[in-house]
Amino acid sequence: MLGLIAKKLGMSQIYQDGKAIPVTILEAEPGVITQIKTKEKDGYDAIQVGFIDTKEKRLTKPVVSKFKKNDITPKRVLKEFRVDVGNYNVKDEIKLDIFEEGEVVDVIGTTKGKGFAGVMKRHNFAGGPDGHGSMFNRRVGSIGNCEFPGRVVKGRKMPGHYGNVKVTVKNLKVVKIDAEKNIIALRGAVPGSKGEYINIIKKGK
Amino acid sequence: MDKMRAFEEEIAKSYNKEIPELWPGDSVKVYTKVKEGNKERTQIFAGTVIRRRGGRGLNGTFTVRKESYGVGVEKIFPYLSDTVEKVEIVYRGKVRRARLYYLRNRRGKAAKIRKKGY
Repeated sequence: MLGLIAKKLGMSQIYQDGKAIPVTILEAEPGVITQIKTKEKDGYDAIQVGFIDTKEKRLTKPVVSKFKKNDITPKRVLKEFRVDVGNYNVKDEIKLDIFEEGEVVDVIGTTKGKGFAGVMKRHNFAGGPDGHGSMFNRRVGSIGNCEFPGRVVKGRKMPGHYGNVKVTVKNLKVVKIDAEKNIIALRGAVPGSKGEYINIIKKGK
Repeated sequence: MDKMRAFEEEIAKSYNKEIPELWPGDSVKVYTKVKEGNKERTQIFAGTVIRRRGGRGLNGTFTVRKESYGVGVEKIFPYLSDTVEKVEIVYRGKVRRARLYYLRNRRGKAAKIRKKGY
C-alpha cells in the first residue's frame, strides 16, 4: 500500500462529460526511500520514505546521521509503507507517477478542529424552536429516564470536543494528475484546512 | 494559493474554449448540447444576461433570463461547461446595474431592455 504526502491547496471544479465535478487540488510532496525493512532483519517487509526537506538543526543527531549515511537531505516526515520490497532501493524517489488518472485512492488526514461543540453541531440534533420564548434553542434535551435505569446510558450523545481527529476517506477518484508540477486533483472533499498535509494511499493488497 | 490558481488556469485553457465577453443586459443566444438517448442536438436558449458570477474562469457562470409562454425562465450557464457550445450576442443592452433582478417583477414590454447607443 504505497502512498504519498500531499498539501491541500483548495477546492475547485472540473467539467467532464457535461458535468461539473467537484475536486480537491493537492500538491504532492515527492519522497525518497530512506530505509528498506526486511522480514529477516526487522520482522516485516516495508519501505521507509522521507518527505519534505528540513534543516539539520531541527532534527536530533541520531536521525540526521541516518540520513547522512545514505547521503539524503534531512526530511521532516518519515513514513513506512508495507509493500513488496524487491523492486525498491534506498534513495529511490516516490513520486506522483505511482497514481493514474481514473484510479481510486484513500486519503488519511486530520479534520478541522471545532473545539467544544454543542449537540447540534456535533451530533446533528434538531434543537428547539427559536422564538415564542421557547428557551430551548440549542439545548440537549432529556438524557434518559428516571429510577429505571437510574443512570445515563453509555454512549449518550452530548456536547464535547469535536473535530481535530484522524479520519480516512475511502474511494476518492483521481480526476487529474500533473506529474510535472506535482499536482493531483481528487474527486470530492478531503479532511483538513488548506495548507494542511494529508496522506494519499494507493488501494490494493 | 498561486499554484492553485495556476492549475485552474491551465485546466481552463485545456478546454480550448472562447470565453464570451458578456455584460448584464446583453441579449444572447446560448447554443447548448442536449443529449436525447444516443443522439445529440443543439438547443438554443435566447434571453437576457441578468447576472455574472465568479469571474470568467473555471468557476464563472452567467444567468440568462427569458419569458417562455408567459412564464419566466432562468438558466445558469458555466462559461466553460462543455454543454455550452457557443454564445452569440444579439445586441448589447443599456442597463445601469450589474444584477438585473428587477426584471423578475416585470413582464412583456416593461421587461424590455434598450439597446446600447440609442
